[in-house]
Amino acid sequence: MSKNTIENIDDVVAVPLRHPWRWVSAFVMVALLGLFIYSLWASPNINHDIISKYLFNSKVMAAAALTVTLTVVSMFIGTVLAILLAIMRLSTNPVLRMVATGYVGFFRGTPLLLQIVFWGYLGIIYPTIDIGIPFTDMIWWSEKTALVFTSLVAGIIALSLNEAAYAAEIVRAGILSVDSGQAEASKSLGMSSGYTLRRIVLPQAMRVIIPPMGNEFISMLKNTSLLQVVAVMELYARTSQISSQNLAQVELLVVAGFWYLIMTTVLSFPQSYLEKKYGRGFTVATQKSRWLRVGMKGNV
Amino acid sequence: MSKTLMVDARAVRKSFGSNEVLKGITLQVEQGQVLCLLGPSGSGKSTFLRCINHLETINGGRLYVDGELMGFREKSDAIYEMKPSAIAKQRSEIGMVFQRFNLFPHLTAIENVIEAPIGVKGIAKPEALAKAKELLASVGLSDKADHYPAQLSGGQQQRVAIARALAMEPKLMLFDEPTSALDPELVGDVLDVMRKLALSGMTMIVVTHEIGFAREVADRVVFMDDGIVVEDGTPSQVIDNPQNERTKAFINSVL
Repeated sequence: MSKNTIENIDDVVAVPLRHPWRWVSAFVMVALLGLFIYSLWASPNINHDIISKYLFNSKVMAAAALTVTLTVVSMFIGTVLAILLAIMRLSTNPVLRMVATGYVGFFRGTPLLLQIVFWGYLGIIYPTIDIGIPFTDMIWWSEKTALVFTSLVAGIIALSLNEAAYAAEIVRAGILSVDSGQAEASKSLGMSSGYTLRRIVLPQAMRVIIPPMGNEFISMLKNTSLLQVVAVMELYARTSQISSQNLAQVELLVVAGFWYLIMTTVLSFPQSYLEKKYGRGFTVATQKSRWLRVGMKGNV
Repeated sequence: MSKTLMVDARAVRKSFGSNEVLKGITLQVEQGQVLCLLGPSGSGKSTFLRCINHLETINGGRLYVDGELMGFREKSDAIYEMKPSAIAKQRSEIGMVFQRFNLFPHLTAIENVIEAPIGVKGIAKPEALAKAKELLASVGLSDKADHYPAQLSGGQQQRVAIARALAMEPKLMLFDEPTSALDPELVGDVLDVMRKLALSGMTMIVVTHEIGFAREVADRVVFMDDGIVVEDGTPSQVIDNPQNERTKAFINSVL
């Protein structure tokens, strides 16, 4: 039986196009990577015993845990503030709009490192924190600033406030990406603007918000290393403290780098879950194939 | 007047910047009446429809729905802007169907239908679901309840949109060119649903280019051009025997 009769014309049995250069380039890349790793391994200037001694050291791992905590807490506070700021910037109330615009301008306009140091120095500007009536002797509660704004609190505040400014623009872009017909339909059904935002607009905006927020999450994780300057014992501060004692700088950088890579990798997993969750109704059925999705969209 | 007025528009004017789109529309719609608004694009018919549920704020005249001034409070010769919550309450009693459906894409068909009854009216979920199933059945989409809008054809989406509006038990339904975005073979299903709704006694204002539907279903046809009402009468008067030159030209061009 011949394969090429008219009856069998549906069965495409073509020889696939060959891609020899892909194989060549893949081989070159693997070889280069191997050479690089070997050069590090064989180098007499790197002490492997120190790396393996500190890789799973309890102090290092506690510092890594603190890094994750700082990231999650700051990201949470930052995102909540960001949603508020984005809503304020899109509000019809000119006061709210100007406050939010000023906030974003200020916190994006100054370096994060400067902000961290500023919050760390807060106790110098305001030695005590008082709650009472200004310009009178009425004070109900007073405390030394240094006891309230510990370096940890100062660090979290600095990271959160800075993050809020960036994330606010991401959230705003997400809200603006939702078709105005959605808000109109919600209005016509008697929904308030708050309800519309919460139930109709934000869930759709999430689709656009999540990928860049994933980026922000990773940035935040790495930016926690800046808290070294206010003596928060996160991963980078801890490893550089150790290396300042044993003078094994490169070895401890390898240790820190290893943990940062592990953490950024693990923390990127929730993103694909969230993307799937908020993609409901946009990506038809399962995520089998991108081309299938494009094809089905064309049918709408 | 024996019948109650559902819509009472008196010299309604609306401008966008310096462009006056409605130049004094006076129009009364009785309860239970089905009115089709015809007119060339840019004649102001969609804008007028959007003024009725206060999606657009009017610049002049008065617009009452079921005896209530829309979007404003009248008090001793002055009118005051209403609070958003009061406007929302007024809108919740008027259903609207859009040219581009505007279904909520992140919700399934049935979730689209129950969202406002639960969230706005505070109806219990089981009750809302039962009502929604009934409504989806009445528009012929019982088997599509759990589909997302993107999985439905345009005609099916528009019928879900009608069910969604009806779920709020409106006293008035506004249709803004409900079949203009549909493939020709899908128009019939949507018109069938609207025909059934008209027979059930719903007050309807329909902006449309479907002359056949207007002739068959409408109690009354109004022809608008350039922001004014040009001709107003029964379908046979306006469509089959137009008096005004502009109406004649328009009817000839679409028939």
